[in-house]
Amino acid sequence: MKEKDKRYRIKDYLYIAMMILPLLVGIVIQILTKPASEGLSISGARIFFTIPMPLMDLPITESQINTWLVMITLLGLCLFLTNGISEDRRNFRQMAAEWLVEQMDKLVGSNMEPIFAGYAPFIGAVMALSVFSSLQSLLGLYPPTSDLNVVAGWAILVFALITKNKLKAGAWGYAKGFAEPIPVMLPMNIISEVATPVSMAFRHFGNVLSGSVIAALVAWALQGASAALFGWLPGILGEIPFLQVGLPAILSAYFDVFSGCIQAFIFAMLTMLYVSGGYPGDDVVEALALKRRQRRERKAA
Amino acid sequence: MLEIAIGIILGCCALGAGCAMIAGIGPGIGEGNAVGAACEAIGRQPECKSSVTSTMIMGCAIAETTGIYALIIAILLLFVAPNSLVGILLSSIK
Repeated sequence: MKEKDKRYRIKDYLYIAMMILPLLVGIVIQILTKPASEGLSISGARIFFTIPMPLMDLPITESQINTWLVMITLLGLCLFLTNGISEDRRNFRQMAAEWLVEQMDKLVGSNMEPIFAGYAPFIGAVMALSVFSSLQSLLGLYPPTSDLNVVAGWAILVFALITKNKLKAGAWGYAKGFAEPIPVMLPMNIISEVATPVSMAFRHFGNVLSGSVIAALVAWALQGASAALFGWLPGILGEIPFLQVGLPAILSAYFDVFSGCIQAFIFAMLTMLYVSGGYPGDDVVEALALKRRQRRERKAA
Repeated sequence: MLEIAIGIILGCCALGAGCAMIAGIGPGIGEGNAVGAACEAIGRQPECKSSVTSTMIMGCAIAETTGIYALIIAILLLFVAPNSLVGILLSSIK
């Protein structure tokens, strides 16, 4: 028993380190590589280095590094919560993990049909990644969700899932779906099909980006205002931006915490709605399977 | 002459960004209507508050889309377009 306890505790420390170290590494990278800048600076993700690839050079940017850091943190959190999991002896940690999984299952169960219960881990993963990525800006890091490429990648993933579910009606059924309710609607339907991932990506990206742009503008304005108001104070006292103390924190509480969580929730909700909306329905799928089986039997006969 | 041309480009980019954000009116009115209706629904049936709230947030997110498009165009006009347009101008002169 004691041997087991020791191993359990070592694992615990390992997982806690796995949760906290990536964030510290991110802050250290930020401090080491951020160019010192005066005044207003709004820029995209910095490119650290590029890997030469056959078709195009692959730039490794801040958003990729930060996404990987968030992924390691989330993995550490999951391992920490499920460490020492057992059926009979429950502790607080296990209750928290079970509560999270139950909530996710309930959310998916109330928004999708029962056959999509297997999508709960995917939805939960997207939601957690989005929330933690947006919350990274609380630490002063570059939030990966304010890079269009990251969010567009997720949206393309969702588009692939939607198309996969639409193809369950068969290739002909999928193609016919574009000409409904009348064939004149064909171009409109194709445009709306393409607009789905585009609008999902732009919505998430625009919300997070607008938050960071407004925060940068307010911080810049407050710096100027406090320089004008308290600039006459002698020595170092005049250089401290007093007005920059309170207001940016309140703004980041709204833009980073509230908006980030809401956008993650909305992205997950839209994923669920679109994926389950793409499913043609049990009767269509069953009819298709029946038709296929009959054709195979006819061929065999 | 070149200074005037670059000035016109920068000024028009800023003006265009301002004009693009007129689109913020639409989502504002739409979301206000949605939230008002949701408040009414909650007042009438307080027991279904959670489902009404989540539906309202979804609807607000969808209604916000046009505003976000305008915002992205304004940000592109402010931070991306001046550089590329001035670059085009300079390369066409050379």
